[in-house]
Amino acid sequence: MSNNKLRKVDVIFSPYSVAPYEILKNTMRRPKDEVVQELIDSGLRGRGGAGFPTGLKWKFAKQQQSDQKYVICNADEGEPGTFKDRKLLVEVPRKVISGMAICAWVIGATKGYIYLRREYRYLIQDIEKELDLYHKHAAEIGLDFKIEIFLGAGAYVCGEETALIESMEGKRGEPRNKPPYPIQSGYLGKPTVVNNVETFASATMVCRIGANEYKKFGTDDQHGSKLFSISGDSPKEGVHELELGMSLEDFANEFGDGDTKAVQVGGVAGFCIPRKKFKTTIIGEGNTTGGSTMIFNSTRSMYNVLHNYLDFFSEESCGQCTPCRIGTQQLLKGIEAVKSGKKPPEYLDQLVKLSETMRLTSKCGLGQSVTNSFSSIVKNFREEMIY
Amino acid sequence: MAELVKLNIDGIDVQIEKGQSILDAAKKVNIRIPTLCHHEDLCVAGNCRVCVVEQEGRNTLTPSCATPAEEGMVIKTSTPKVRRARKDLMALLVSEHNTQCTTCYRSTNCELQDLAAEYNVDNNIYLSVLKEDLEIDKSSWSIEKDDSKCIRCQRCVRTCAELQHVNALAVTERGRDMKISTFMHLPMNEIVCTNCGQCITHCPTGALTERRYYDEIWEAIDDPEKHVVINTAPSVRVALGEMLGFPVGTRVTGKMVTALKKMGFDSVLDTDFSADLTIIEEANELLQRLKDALVHKKDVALPMITSCSPGWVKFIEHMYPEHLAHLSSCKSPQQMFGALTKTYYAEKKGIDPSKIISVAGMPCAAKKYEANRPEMRDSGYHDVDAGLTTREIGHMIKQSGINFLELEDSNFDSIMGESSGAGVIFGATGGVMEAALRTAYFVITGRPVPFDNLNITPVRGLKGIKETSVKFENCLPEYSFLEGVEAKFAIAHGLINARQIMDQIVAGESPYHFIEIMACPGGCIGGGGQPIPTNDEIRKKRIKAIYDEDMNKPIRMSHENPEIIKIYEDFLQKPLGEKSHHLLHTKYRKRKRY
Amino acid sequence: MAEVKELVNELVDKYGRERKSLLPILQGIHLERNYLSKEAMLEVAKQLDLSAAEIYGTASFYSFLDTKADGKYKIRVCKSITCEMKGKSDIIKTLEDMLKIKVGETTEGKRFSLLETNCLGLCDQGPAMLINEEYYTKLTAAKVRKILGEYIRNKY
Ligand SMILES: Cc1cc2nc3c(=O)[nH]c(=O)nc-3n(C[C@H](O)[C@H](O)[C@H](O)COP(=O)(O)O)c2cc1C
Ligand code: SF4
Ligand code: SF4
Ligand code: SF4
Ligand code: SF4
Ligand code: FES
Ligand code: FES
Repeated sequence: MSNNKLRKVDVIFSPYSVAPYEILKNTMRRPKDEVVQELIDSGLRGRGGAGFPTGLKWKFAKQQQSDQKYVICNADEGEPGTFKDRKLLVEVPRKVISGMAICAWVIGATKGYIYLRREYRYLIQDIEKELDLYHKHAAEIGLDFKIEIFLGAGAYVCGEETALIESMEGKRGEPRNKPPYPIQSGYLGKPTVVNNVETFASATMVCRIGANEYKKFGTDDQHGSKLFSISGDSPKEGVHELELGMSLEDFANEFGDGDTKAVQVGGVAGFCIPRKKFKTTIIGEGNTTGGSTMIFNSTRSMYNVLHNYLDFFSEESCGQCTPCRIGTQQLLKGIEAVKSGKKPPEYLDQLVKLSETMRLTSKCGLGQSVTNSFSSIVKNFREEMIY
Repeated sequence: MAELVKLNIDGIDVQIEKGQSILDAAKKVNIRIPTLCHHEDLCVAGNCRVCVVEQEGRNTLTPSCATPAEEGMVIKTSTPKVRRARKDLMALLVSEHNTQCTTCYRSTNCELQDLAAEYNVDNNIYLSVLKEDLEIDKSSWSIEKDDSKCIRCQRCVRTCAELQHVNALAVTERGRDMKISTFMHLPMNEIVCTNCGQCITHCPTGALTERRYYDEIWEAIDDPEKHVVINTAPSVRVALGEMLGFPVGTRVTGKMVTALKKMGFDSVLDTDFSADLTIIEEANELLQRLKDALVHKKDVALPMITSCSPGWVKFIEHMYPEHLAHLSSCKSPQQMFGALTKTYYAEKKGIDPSKIISVAGMPCAAKKYEANRPEMRDSGYHDVDAGLTTREIGHMIKQSGINFLELEDSNFDSIMGESSGAGVIFGATGGVMEAALRTAYFVITGRPVPFDNLNITPVRGLKGIKETSVKFENCLPEYSFLEGVEAKFAIAHGLINARQIMDQIVAGESPYHFIEIMACPGGCIGGGGQPIPTNDEIRKKRIKAIYDEDMNKPIRMSHENPEIIKIYEDFLQKPLGEKSHHLLHTKYRKRKRY
Repeated sequence: MAEVKELVNELVDKYGRERKSLLPILQGIHLERNYLSKEAMLEVAKQLDLSAAEIYGTASFYSFLDTKADGKYKIRVCKSITCEMKGKSDIIKTLEDMLKIKVGETTEGKRFSLLETNCLGLCDQGPAMLINEEYYTKLTAAKVRKILGEYIRNKY
């Protein structure tokens, strides 16, 4: 296996050579522990951003004693630059649903939800049709697991799993203190597995092709294939399935417009990598696994880019915790003040420190990850921030 | 036996019950971690983040109030990283804050101010992100809400939900626009709020305060035409000292009276007097209701419930408007006092009632609203012209330059300055019940209530709902209808507990005959007008002081108070009589639930 | 008023009286009425035994739950990064000119409200917008004129 090359693959979007509900049926013939082990061996990590090993999550959830457990598919996809989950739900919904059903069977859940972001309401009818079909299959194979759609109401932070659960409980989408984690105490206080749409689809494919085959994709460090939502200054905008572990250089060559100045890896919560670091950057290593990549060419003002991100964060923060609610506003006002000359350029250093405080002290991933894009842009494009 | 976990904090091994937080564990070994959103009375929020500590093996900081202690944890509470982060957080809070400490009512009693000073926050590090168009809401008689001083710790929201179950305040909007507000941002006087003021005593800053009226009082005092009378409630004397340099739980009755006289009040009287009066009226009302029910087989509302807590009264008016008949028709001691000041007192003293300003010194925010209820004008005047909280009185004493610590004691003035121990214990949860039983039992049987030293201990303490029962035997002939009856009593404090009692009544399952309800946790000693902070530790000390005061009184039953005997002889004639009805009793109104 | 009551009753019957039904109920009202009126929120509070402030606090958290009456058609133009790069401001300007209102405003007669929103998940096809539940991508000024023209002509 040669490392860090870009390779296109076709696992997740491959046409149903074996129908997903066949995969479900076949999987259910195996011992549960074996299936969990297969997932652990496959190295599959969550595709929602945090990258937690999926097999382990299911294993822990399986170990929980409870009269009721839940499986939730996180389809709140709100990270700017991310749109793969939409495509999955449109094109291969059965792989997603099968993944949920396998999870439910493994951990012993009888009820599942797809938390669909409000902006995707136009998908509801089609997904519901798919769910009807699934429920028929489930009845045939004797799987007691029902899935409903829960429609979000417009809040990015509800993609955070505990905020999502609060929202489903009819409350403001404010992230909870952790621990306890959802697998211990989730929806209505019961053990709950929350996984990303792509994670469920990938889990189905791991069950189909086995951990060994799946591991052949990617590198020694990063296994499997992954969807990338590519947007910005690219002639090939859209969702692409790639093996993990490619260098950003290869990536920019393939998808850039020849004039690429920087790539935002992992959405606005991720890092902004300047051209000079393309060679040494491996996508997925140390940057987040959400798969959003936005490409900027030399005509783009990185100040405007950062300003846009910060505006987003300060609006979409739930607002409950000090560092995130006030910090996002300070960063936004701060770069404006530096740009207009009201504050000296050194103020940027103060702001970078502030973003580090936000990382250290924020309650959830939103506030914690602002520093990623903030400090990477300020450090790499300092001139653009000032002049 | 609960499971114990062992962890290490700053090099010290600590054992603590599983489920307790790192903060609790630190407290146990006397390590202080700063907090803002945390309050002992409330559930954990974990939103201010100033309590962060370093936890070995984690690359972000850990909020100590919101993280359960776990076996083997290694915690450091004061590393450079922690201090830097806390200082930065404080600087952020200040940047969103309308820092006006020189003019702020909570100055020197503000958790934000204390911490900002402790960390020596530089006000100019960050730009101000204070919203510009914020207006102070002064619409309510009781509560003043200043969003520009709010740090969004949500303590008020949790208080109103968890202690009072009113949920008048909520977190609204999101992100940079998130704030603490009401339904559709309505002003405080248009929403369902009991004016209990618990949100005030739980607010760490000057964002929520009582409406203050002391300037008007000073003016009245300075006006030679006006005869200014103040009566102070039992809980004031056991808490006021906290504001003026005394340890929690000190009784400062005598000093308080001296101070008020020095300040220029023409007469300093004791609300305990009207508490005694309340007992006479209320006990008789209860006996009347029991008689109506048992003898005349009339359909009267039982259980009867006390009505001396205006926060509670407004709560039931909003939440259970169909069940107002259960409320005793007695006014609260404050309002009885007011009505008598401008009638009985004026008559005896030969003062034109229109020249009297009657002031009530109260542990309460709701009493300000109560004083302004339109029905409270039975004397022909405003029965009570103004209500002051314990905190306001503390401020006024400070303003007068009085050296409170060194003050000599003096006695309340007369008339209406004498009281029994029964009137005193009104201030603690269970106190009204105890006082009423001391008198009722005596009236019914001619003997003192059969508890050691008159101390009816089952009704005391901080349990949310308390119960007791008393069997009447060898009754006086007039009360033979109660012979052998075992009467059941309950006491609730904190409106969330009141709700349980009321739901029982609504369901027709209430086993009680008489119930005492106080809006505030702990009763008036924990009232919304009391010194801040208030928590269970402090409540207990104030309660102890109240019962000590009771034990020190020569007279401990309301009906033995000579001034009470006299007022019935000279003025009221008899309990529940015509004059009583006119001056001491009232009616309630249905209010909207939403 | 009575009508709102009926609607809420229906929704409560459908979704249940627990707090977890709150969002579906509010969404249900919103779909019918285009916003959450004071009366509607009070009725929900009553039925779910919550306080009015709790309902408002929850509703105001979410961008798609409006608590004041505005346009029948809500135009939400994506303002997140790639749509901005691809010319969002032209789109806004075109819309503002056609509707004669600014972002955040509603036309007289409450037909259109113009809003900016965060990423719609159509970033590969920006600039993008939603008009109620319909999405439109790869917008240009000309395309916007055509789309909006149709709404103005056909969808009263
Ligand atoms: C602010 C924020 C937004 C998030 N949004 C999403 C999202 O839209 N979709 C998603 O799958 N995970 C999102 N996550 C991650 C979830 O919290 C959670 O980790 C994930 O759903 C777990 O699934 P996975 O293990 O399959 O990735 C978000 C996290 C944060 C902090
Ligand atoms: S980090 Fe931001 S989004 Fe997360 S809990 Fe804090 S305020 Fe809310
Ligand atoms: S609330 Fe506290 S910090 Fe703010 S002005 Fe008042 S005293 Fe100062
Ligand atoms: S005064 Fe009492 S009821 Fe009113 S908002 Fe404050 S805590 Fe709630
Ligand atoms: S009003 Fe006071 S208690 Fe309420 S959130 Fe603001 S600062 Fe905290
Ligand atoms: S005191 Fe712990 S987060 Fe506020
Ligand atoms: S940035 Fe506009 S749709 Fe994502």
